Amino acid sequence: MQALKKGMIISMKAKHPIMKKIKKYKTGYLMMAPFFLLFFLFTVLPVVISMGLSFTNFNMLEWPKFCGWDNYLKLFLDDDIFPIALKNTLIFAVITGPASYLMCLFFAWIINEFSGKLRAFLTLIFYAPSISGNAYMVWSLIISGDRYGYLNGILLKLGLINSPILWMKTEKYIMPILIVVQLWLSLGTGFLTFIAGLQTIDKSLYEAAAIDGVKNRWQELWYVTLPSMKPQLMFGAVMQITTSFAVADISIQLAGNPSVNYAGATIVTHLMDYGSGIRYEMGYASAIATILFLLMIGTNKLVQKMLGKVGD
Amino acid sequence: MKIGKGKLLAHFKHPKKHQLNRSKAGNALLFTLMAICGLFMVIPLVMILNNAFKPFDELFRYPPKIFVRNPTGKNFKDLIVLMSNSWIPFSRYILNTIIIAGGGTIGHILIASMAAYPLAKLDIPGKKFLFSIVVLALMFNGTVTSIPNYMIISYLGLNNTYWAVILPAFASSLGLYLMKQFMEQIPDSLLESARLDGAGEMSIFLRIVMPNVKPAWLTLAIFQFQTMWGNTGSGFLRSEQLKPLQYALYQVASGGVARQGAAAVVQLIIAAIPITFFLICQSQVIETMTTSGIKE
Repeated sequence: MQALKKGMIISMKAKHPIMKKIKKYKTGYLMMAPFFLLFFLFTVLPVVISMGLSFTNFNMLEWPKFCGWDNYLKLFLDDDIFPIALKNTLIFAVITGPASYLMCLFFAWIINEFSGKLRAFLTLIFYAPSISGNAYMVWSLIISGDRYGYLNGILLKLGLINSPILWMKTEKYIMPILIVVQLWLSLGTGFLTFIAGLQTIDKSLYEAAAIDGVKNRWQELWYVTLPSMKPQLMFGAVMQITTSFAVADISIQLAGNPSVNYAGATIVTHLMDYGSGIRYEMGYASAIATILFLLMIGTNKLVQKMLGKVGD
Repeated sequence: MKIGKGKLLAHFKHPKKHQLNRSKAGNALLFTLMAICGLFMVIPLVMILNNAFKPFDELFRYPPKIFVRNPTGKNFKDLIVLMSNSWIPFSRYILNTIIIAGGGTIGHILIASMAAYPLAKLDIPGKKFLFSIVVLALMFNGTVTSIPNYMIISYLGLNNTYWAVILPAFASSLGLYLMKQFMEQIPDSLLESARLDGAGEMSIFLRIVMPNVKPAWLTLAIFQFQTMWGNTGSGFLRSEQLKPLQYALYQVASGGVARQGAAAVVQLIIAAIPITFFLICQSQVIETMTTSGIKE
């Protein structure tokens, strides 16, 4: 990409203002070159190829066969599971998305009140679910379907139920439990970024705000802290969108794939079913990925607009 | 911090200014909430730690208990014996991990930050377009790109080399996005005065920008190290000599029921290494910035 641009400069030798600017910022382009070269090769190119594959039948053994919009038509008209997966994904996006985001912000903000080593330690405790990689182990103990599962044990003791409930095998419990687990997992990338963001705020702004009549920590949060960390808030929102729309692992681990009546299916579990499961229908999986991609882009546009209003 | 010495003095004058506007009731409420939530969050760590010390019968007790009753060090001894019997010396796996996780982390921070600076602070044509591609790239699912990725890496002849794992990691979009967001906050006046002093963009980047966004790249280091530590290079690193520590540990631990004790210690090691790295970076994030923020 960079090479192309440079080539253009040389061939045109124009006095156009943009060309002048490009020349002026030669170092800037050189600094970006290594990243964008690799990024183009290992990220953009695979995405473009995948999007192309979404218009083909590709079983990974034979050369892909072009099939036009067939995959998309099948996805929307002929796939009984996709509507369930879409619905569940939207539930995650609407419930765990904003809730996780607010949790990240809230806990980062409180942890910021502590100082020194204690703060690093508290951060670790709250980040633990994201770093320890054994969420499945913990939650399968709690929601185990026999009477030894912690949740069943408590409910039996309290006399609220008479016999243990098979939580992950009962359709109506699957989504609520997955939502709780997802919330428990929410303090990840956004959380640490907010903690770092809070550290870069100019502390004298708080004194100035106190003089201007900011009375309590909530006002301070709204009028000083949040407006000062808008770039981090935007970043956190994008990361939140990418995780909420892509819930899959936890559903597969706890509810299985396929789950009972597909009650825990999400767009990504559906995609994995075709892309990396036993079906190997890469074209169809790519079509699902493309639709998910468009969904996320739309949501991102909306969220960035809303975040523009913070602190007004 | 390179922002100015006045900053430091200001801190000593008002060391506790952050305690403005705090009510005691509010403190009590928030801190109680923290304690309760913290208990839920720390369960996974407590479990890993306890399992590593459980004797055999406790590991298989049903129903399982979180806390160990008769702690033992036998699991650790078992693991050491298993490790010393491995086909390739364990030091080789450690070296591989240092190259992959260490190299992948340092290289990514440098390359992504270097690209983030012009995007955040220079008025260069095309930057909006480039940046929006980076953000969009975060939203495409990795399952379907893995096949094209494999083809590209094979085509470039990188298969079965460290580069197959490291090069794509260098250009992960998350890092560029994170660094760019933090760099945006650096006041232009700071850079402008350096330019007037005749500093080139590269030296401004290294001497002014990077020190000012230290919390950002320390945080990025945590993310990237965690990702690279979890990357066992499956599919790309076929020779045993190239495989990372995490892979070798899993191999050692996956020997059926008899190795469950060693497996519990492996779980502990696999969590402990990124946690140690996390604590080092996180305490740095906080230490560097308690005295100052980025000042306008």
